[in-house]
Amino acid sequence: MRLRTPLALFGAALLVVVGPPLLSTGDGSDTGTQIPGLRFMVPNTPGGGYDITARTLAKNAEDAGLTHNIEVFNLPGAGGTVGLTRLVGEHGNGKLALSMGLGVVGAVHTNKSPSTLADTTPIARLTEEPDIVVVSKDSPYRTIADLLAAWKKDPARVPVGGGSSPGGPDHLAPMLMAQAAGIAPRTVNYVPFDGGGELLASILGDKVGFGVSGLGEYRDQIEAGELRLLAVTGPERVPGLDAPTLREAGLDTEFTNWRGIVAPPGLSPAERDKLTGLIRELHGSKQWKESMKKNGWDDALLIGEPFGDFLDEQNQRVATVLKELGL
Amino acid sequence: MDSLNSLIDGFGTALTPMNLLWAAIGVLLGTAIGVLPGIGPAMAVALLLPVTYGLDPTGAFIMFAGIYYGAMFGGSTTSILLNTPGESAAVVAAIEGNPMAKGGRGAQALAAAAIGHFAGGMIGTILLVVLAPTVASLAIGIGAPDYFAIMVLAFIAVTSVLGASRIRGIASLLIGLTIGLVGLDQMTGQQRLTFGSLQLADGVDVVIVAVGLFAIGEALWVAAHLRRSTGKPIPVGRPWLGRADLKRTWKPWLRGPVIGFPFGAIPAGGAEIPTFLSYVTEKRLSKHRDQFGKGAIEGVAGPEAAASASAAGTLVSMLTLGLPTTAVAAVMLAAFQQYGIQPGPLLFEREPELVWGLIASLFVGMVLLLALNLPLAPVWAKLLRIPRPYLYAGILFFAAVGAYAVGGESLDLVILLIIGLIGFGMRRYGLPVLPAVIGVILGPAAEQQLRRALQISDGSVSGLVNTPFSVTVYAIVVLIVAWPLISRLVLRSRGGRKTAEESRTVGGG
Repeated sequence: MRLRTPLALFGAALLVVVGPPLLSTGDGSDTGTQIPGLRFMVPNTPGGGYDITARTLAKNAEDAGLTHNIEVFNLPGAGGTVGLTRLVGEHGNGKLALSMGLGVVGAVHTNKSPSTLADTTPIARLTEEPDIVVVSKDSPYRTIADLLAAWKKDPARVPVGGGSSPGGPDHLAPMLMAQAAGIAPRTVNYVPFDGGGELLASILGDKVGFGVSGLGEYRDQIEAGELRLLAVTGPERVPGLDAPTLREAGLDTEFTNWRGIVAPPGLSPAERDKLTGLIRELHGSKQWKESMKKNGWDDALLIGEPFGDFLDEQNQRVATVLKELGL
Repeated sequence: MDSLNSLIDGFGTALTPMNLLWAAIGVLLGTAIGVLPGIGPAMAVALLLPVTYGLDPTGAFIMFAGIYYGAMFGGSTTSILLNTPGESAAVVAAIEGNPMAKGGRGAQALAAAAIGHFAGGMIGTILLVVLAPTVASLAIGIGAPDYFAIMVLAFIAVTSVLGASRIRGIASLLIGLTIGLVGLDQMTGQQRLTFGSLQLADGVDVVIVAVGLFAIGEALWVAAHLRRSTGKPIPVGRPWLGRADLKRTWKPWLRGPVIGFPFGAIPAGGAEIPTFLSYVTEKRLSKHRDQFGKGAIEGVAGPEAAASASAAGTLVSMLTLGLPTTAVAAVMLAAFQQYGIQPGPLLFEREPELVWGLIASLFVGMVLLLALNLPLAPVWAKLLRIPRPYLYAGILFFAAVGAYAVGGESLDLVILLIIGLIGFGMRRYGLPVLPAVIGVILGPAAEQQLRRALQISDGSVSGLVNTPFSVTVYAIVVLIVAWPLISRLVLRSRGGRKTAEESRTVGGG
């Protein structure tokens, strides 16, 4: 009931704003990639990863002349599931998209969210980033082999620090590593921190055995020699960084964090194609290429149905890990 | 001397007309944002990010820093005048500042706060220039057991703001701790007191609790009593600080930064705990202890200086380590990344012009802010001339807007009202409001640090006392707790001897 009135108002406003150009027979602003009145919802606070992705997308779409005035707004809460639930409630709204990523997949489970990503219309995966395994420069672990040996011997004695709460990316990565190393995930001593920044202090100060976080946040510390990079979790080595992948280190697993866009359920094929078309065009623009370079994001474009299958597969993977942990 | 030269170069950057303009825009925006409850500097900087995309980074960061410092200045204004903290760091300013405003000394309270922020910001920024590398390396040495020890110290300090009745103070604290429990358990992801609502999963925002308990509770309380009491507007007294005021405030202005700066620099520090510790310190050291709670100017000056100095401390960790210790710093860090600049150990070498320009602009910004806020103090204070029904209607309006702005959720308005009713009930039964707000801030933080410390030590209690820092803090705690006992014993033995001597002389005579 609470939602009904604002929704109705929103709908009315949309009609007023969008109606006339729609009626004026196709040409004008509703051609090509233009989606008048498109809004991006960010399910966490301003300044976070999903926020920067959404605002960059909106800015680039504007600069490339693909569509005008995409409004970006934040609806934070419960690891992104408050925003997700709102999105799923906007059935058939072709002018709304949610900026999301792997973190939301986990949050659906830990928050027991009534809405899941299977309820949404998948649009595209855009970027990805491997996690990294790091220790301080004074750590006794000189290689990933040193670390794994100590970790296997007594998992409780090697606390793992991560920048996300249970179910989030930095939590999943060490759990998958543990599984591959033959350590029961339940015995892993995972210490959650409020983001990569707070975690950084604890790694530098040797408060945790090792840390797992996104590469982007720590690149400078690694270059400055403050942090020792032991491994990257992605399928391939990262150019310019002297660290093995988990597979090279003998762990048969890989982990990559990713971000993308989903839309409300119940879209007509035309509305869906409009959104995927916009993303495809945007992906080809030089503005987006520049932004990716600037932010250090790796291209991971996966559009429409294949992205939906990918979401299913990711959901399965997360569910299995969390189930084993009893979450 | 090397950093002094760089700083002079930095002034060259900061004093170009364009950068001066950005600094001016930043401090103006920041002051406005600080005045409005709910909209904090973190949100403001984040919303400006896409706008500043085309700017050169130096100009953008000068503006962001202006917003950060400006919000600290502005946050205390509504706290003092309307008992409605604009930011959680400004909660403490309401305790002494609002009674002062009600007593017709609003302008003095605002001036004490503004000069306090100026002193705090200046001293903090000087410490930033001089101590940056040292503080940064100390900051990473501090771990979960140390934080928990600081939290214990803070909880002990709470007892001095419990008010006349200990039992009521503790009841208030427990209300706050209970509100602080709401939400997902940080360590395990279990839901607590969320009643299955996703909106409650992140807990209740401190701003909503503070605004609800202070502003809504106050408005309801006034509304309930307006019929009986005379509806006269609050008097507005002399606009300037007198000699007696200055005598009482200069020491707190200097002490505040000493407490605020280190807290800003450590992760999980922020501005709330140092403002509160500064308040307690001033209360203990003041010669006018009886005035505390009724409008003691020291209780405004010290905490406000601490708040601004903590902002400078935050910049230390952000610039030298790439370590965001507050939400604003986290957003600024994201901004750096957008420009392809990575804050961290190499920043001072790679981008000297940006860093030193930014630091120099902080000094410029502080002067601008003082020039803006000091003359504004009497103007702001005239707000109180508005008849109370209109004034409190306005407060309710801004409180509601602020609470809604925090998360854009209509449920937050319901929560605000419920907390407002709790605030009304607390006033009705004489429960002090401050311990509840402190409970909401300290409770979750203390719990998280305690559990993190125990988890790192794999459940061994010795993990809580395995650092020299934590042991030192616990020693201070023991001293504080035992001090009244010791002093009483000393007094009694001394007093006892005296009476004995007296009786002897009496007996001899």
